[in-house]
Amino acid sequence: MSMDDVAARSIAAVPDRAAPAATHKPLIQLNRVSKAYQNGTIALSDVDLRIAHGEFVSLLGPSGCGKSTLLRLVAGLGGVSDGTIDWPLSSYDVRGEPIRDLGFVFQEPTLMPWATVLDNVYLPLKLSGVSRRDAASRVAEALEMVRLERFARAYPRELSGGMKMRVSIARALVVRPKVLLMDEPFAALDEITRFRLNNDLLSLWQAQRWTVIFVTHSVFESVYLSNRIVVMSARPGRIIGDLAIDAPYPRGDAFRTSTAYNEFCRLTSAELARAMAGTEDDH
Amino acid sequence: MTIADARPSAQTAAATGGLPLSVRIAVPILLGAVFIVAWELLVRYLAIPKFVLPAPSEIVAALIDGFGPLMVSMWITLKVTLSAFFIALALGVVVAILFAQSRLVEVSLFPYAVVLQVTPIVSIAPLVLIWVGLDHVERALLILATIVAFFPILSNTTLGLKSVDHNLQNLLDLYHASRWQRLKELQFPSALPYLLGGMKISGGLALIGAVVAEFVAGSGTGNGLAWRIVEAGNRLNIPRMFAALLLLSLLGIVIFFGLSALEYLLLRKWHESALGREN
Repeated sequence: MSMDDVAARSIAAVPDRAAPAATHKPLIQLNRVSKAYQNGTIALSDVDLRIAHGEFVSLLGPSGCGKSTLLRLVAGLGGVSDGTIDWPLSSYDVRGEPIRDLGFVFQEPTLMPWATVLDNVYLPLKLSGVSRRDAASRVAEALEMVRLERFARAYPRELSGGMKMRVSIARALVVRPKVLLMDEPFAALDEITRFRLNNDLLSLWQAQRWTVIFVTHSVFESVYLSNRIVVMSARPGRIIGDLAIDAPYPRGDAFRTSTAYNEFCRLTSAELARAMAGTEDDH
Repeated sequence: MTIADARPSAQTAAATGGLPLSVRIAVPILLGAVFIVAWELLVRYLAIPKFVLPAPSEIVAALIDGFGPLMVSMWITLKVTLSAFFIALALGVVVAILFAQSRLVEVSLFPYAVVLQVTPIVSIAPLVLIWVGLDHVERALLILATIVAFFPILSNTTLGLKSVDHNLQNLLDLYHASRWQRLKELQFPSALPYLLGGMKISGGLALIGAVVAEFVAGSGTGNGLAWRIVEAGNRLNIPRMFAALLLLSLLGIVIFFGLSALEYLLLRKWHESALGREN
């Protein structure tokens, strides 16, 4: 079967994408989630989404479609206005909150400028009461994953934009998360750096098998990285498309230049165009 | 010097973010020296009487002459200034932390902090002197100097504690940081540059407060540098007045540079203000 056939077939419908494990319960389940802000803006309206363990899902859409809001809600930053977000596979802590085991990577590196790379990465463990000595090996492991072990003693200002972002990723990984939430993490970087970090992220994902939810506004990035793309539309933010990108991993430069990749990009762009058209109708 | 000569030094200047260090030190000193020599010569040439304007040499003579009492006075003024500064620092930081914890506390108390700030210290001084200063003038001086030094610490620290990166706050939410952890890991370090800026202003203000309060306290009650100035003025001992003034400026300069050095030490590794531009 050619790559093009795969692409064509996968667009047809998205079945409930089963996790590698035999369970049919999703890892994260959003049921009719809505989010309205106090100023009356409806950021999300009636969003249903099931994310299985091990998926690499991109949330793609124009600005204002609520993809970042969705990510924050999944992270537990702020409450939903309506609907529920369930974690059927997780246990719950004393506060009745699901133990999400997640790492969050923001659009900006969001590092503490007064702390070294080491201390920045150590922060999440420090907050949960792990002593510096006990944390040392895990911090070293996280820095090694992003290939920054030599820069542990550096301050953020001494690093390039791409390196800062890698520190930010290491900080998310140091808690050994099951879920990695990334909010346009590479948007501010130059293309060469972005490609390299894309590849780094993919090989880490393949090795660690996290579930990744990746917010982006780049069709190319989402197709290259994910095995599923959820396309969102603005005003109000809602899901209008759900595409499977059934191309095998590992993906590399060969995939980036393949016809299958182009076909996936074309289909995804068409969905995105539909999303944009929807927003214009509202005006 | 030709234009070709000037080029390399201009490049060094750009690298140090302004003028080379040697120039930055030498030029003010040279300017000061020229000024003092001109002063000395003019006073002598025009034969200005020393109760109007003494020559620098006469001021130095007065300084040496009255060295003992002047040093005692300087010590007293320094003590009041430093005590007021540290009390203001502690109070300002504590109140700022309270403000940062609760918006209600802030809106209830901030107007009164402003009242304290905008009321001229000279006008409350007599009242404070009557309340606490009849037996213990130094306590009144301390209170007045503290009031003056308090506000910059409070307002700067409050601003600093609130100027925290929103995403870092989200990050701390994500990991369920406690209030204390939030304060320690995020708010204190974020506020530090603001606090240090406030401290530089407050250090100077504490000195001003100590001096003004002593002026108001009036005859015979004080024996700090301000009182030396009043006393010398009353006796038309103008060289001594200048000598006291000189010591007072010296105090102010030492406080300012001390706090600047502290700022540099604490911020040099990370804060923009302490870093040279690399481009």
